[in-house]
Amino acid sequence: MEFWGHITTFFSAENYTLFVVGIGSGILCFASGVVGTFTYLRKRALIGDVISHSVLPGVAIAFMLTGVKNPFYFLIGAVISGLLAIWIVDYVQAKSKLKPDAILALTLSVFFGLGIVLLTKIQHSGNDAQSGLDSFLFGKAASMSIADVKLFSIIAVINIACILIFLRGFSLVSFDESYARSVGFNVKFLKSFLALLTVLTVAIGVQAVGVVLMAALLITPAAGARFLTNSIIRMLMYAGLFGFLSGVIGVFISYSGTGMPTGPWIVVVLSLFTITAIMLGKQRGVIARLKLRKGNHIKINNENILKDIYKIADDGQKTIETSALLQQEKYAVSELKAILNRLEKQDYLDQVRGFIILSDRGRIAAREVIRKHRLWEIYLSKYFQMQEDHVHDDAEGIEHVITPEIEKHLIKLLERPEIDPHQSEIPY
Amino acid sequence: MNDFYTILTASLVAINCALMGGFLMMRKMVMIGDAISHAVLPGIFMAYYISGSTASLPILAGAAFSGILATLMIEWFTKKARLQSDAAIGVSYTLLFAIGIILISKWGQNADLDQQCVLYGEIEQISFWLQPVAFGIVLPKQTIILLAVAVLLIGAVIWGYKGLFITTFDPDFALSTGVAVTFWHYFLMSGVSLTTVVSFESVGAILVIAFLSGPPAIAYLLTEDFKKMLVLACLIGILCSIGGYYSAKWLDVSVAGAISTFIGLVFLVVFIGTSVLKRKVDVIST
Repeated sequence: MEFWGHITTFFSAENYTLFVVGIGSGILCFASGVVGTFTYLRKRALIGDVISHSVLPGVAIAFMLTGVKNPFYFLIGAVISGLLAIWIVDYVQAKSKLKPDAILALTLSVFFGLGIVLLTKIQHSGNDAQSGLDSFLFGKAASMSIADVKLFSIIAVINIACILIFLRGFSLVSFDESYARSVGFNVKFLKSFLALLTVLTVAIGVQAVGVVLMAALLITPAAGARFLTNSIIRMLMYAGLFGFLSGVIGVFISYSGTGMPTGPWIVVVLSLFTITAIMLGKQRGVIARLKLRKGNHIKINNENILKDIYKIADDGQKTIETSALLQQEKYAVSELKAILNRLEKQDYLDQVRGFIILSDRGRIAAREVIRKHRLWEIYLSKYFQMQEDHVHDDAEGIEHVITPEIEKHLIKLLERPEIDPHQSEIPY
Repeated sequence: MNDFYTILTASLVAINCALMGGFLMMRKMVMIGDAISHAVLPGIFMAYYISGSTASLPILAGAAFSGILATLMIEWFTKKARLQSDAAIGVSYTLLFAIGIILISKWGQNADLDQQCVLYGEIEQISFWLQPVAFGIVLPKQTIILLAVAVLLIGAVIWGYKGLFITTFDPDFALSTGVAVTFWHYFLMSGVSLTTVVSFESVGAILVIAFLSGPPAIAYLLTEDFKKMLVLACLIGILCSIGGYYSAKWLDVSVAGAISTFIGLVFLVVFIGTSVLKRKVDVIST
């Protein structure tokens, strides 16, 4: 059981490096997930990409000026060039006819290009200490030291503290800037502060997973979390949790295979979490929505068929031939059969060799749909002055959606009418 | 000759990218181009893994298919999963890029591929692989492929100009008059994918993005006429290739990085120039 061997080694903390790297990546991804939630909500996912590419020249200049590989100087350089990139994007967008997408792509490629120019300059100048700078391109999660983990933890704590303190302001700015302004929040300050936190997070995250994949650390956890909840606090927690788990699991996977890079594995695990959430989310998830749509489809078909039978069978009193339904050419034979069988199973009607009769239950259901249809027609012609020959199509759709509460309101509002605009009686 | 080969190669990439980038910019899809340029990595790996380092046009075209897959993935996330579009782009391309890097790290030794090469290419070494073409002309292998793609793209843009134009500038009208909007969308995406894939070995993903976004943006600041803009973007791309190449030689730095930076500088000059000019015009007119 080699696999369990790895797991026990991992959690026993006997393997010190593995423990340090795992925890370090976990904390890092946790912080990115939390900060990235606001990036996601503000629909600025691609800004994350721009920031991560644009920290490179700042780091290179910091090295050129100081000549030492000090993570703190790197951080300052990275933050300055990251903020400069954001400012340029905003400024050019405000002052020219160029669209955001073009400005983002141009800014990130020019900053990154400049970074590579500076990096090759440092390399060619023969300074030995430069070897560590490459980690800004591709990340070096695997060689994280205890000092790195300390730095990450401090920044993660600062991030979380700031977010908790300014939670209300950040949330309002993310959802509705103008509303935030109108209730007296200093929107400009909040936005700049949020940008600073984001840049800070990106500047340390880049060292772990590299420039390209950093965008994923910010955005992917929030994207998944959004499908699980509508509450911003829960969303922050889910995003942080997804980040932390993928950080740890990604490190674990890369250690259990040879030649496996850490950063990309973190991103793959993270994406799996998010895709799972997108599929399985209770309300917004793909499967939940497909089910709902299928359910609606079934309901509409059921109600339409019941209504048709009711009308053909003179208010549902008589037995009718199945072929009478086919003559309306609304459904194919196989589809009609399936619907009728389903309705029979649910006791809405009885079928005997090509004949159909509605049960009491079926008659009540059919009357309900027809009532809703006709009430809506009256409502449209009375309150919207719509022509009598125009109200039918609209009512055809809405009859399946009106809830009993709305129906009650309609009846009250229209003073329990007896006939609809086409002079048909309304069945109560 | 080395200078000539490098500048020719960069210029061909510039032309390919300017043609595609012009349409992408007008469709507000430059970041999708950025995403594709990263997302083709698994496809490129497969191509190299199958064929070794001897890349040929059909295999590269196959690799370009992974770019189409990326756009399909982005569309699935936005339409079926109803993820907001910026996040859909971010989630898709990072996942594909990560998978590509994992494949390369694990089996890349057989494919002669590494991460550095993916991001900023090896245009400095382009003339290591010279091949005779015809009439005694000798060109680097990459350059020949880029030339073939440039001919293909110029032909495609001229042939499909009307369809591309109408679906770019008035998609609603195009849809109502029965123009196949989806066809032209994938037509353009195929072009972008192919451009990215054939350019990546020589110049890397970053310069592709710089070429896709920079020259069209600069040209757009200078003219409103779309045809003129496309031609101008190609010329600006070539100019930046020459300027960037000589700056790189002068400073002894990466060529791909220097060309990207040069594009940025040209943009800066044009941006300030047009802003000042516009202010003057505003002052006069008031």
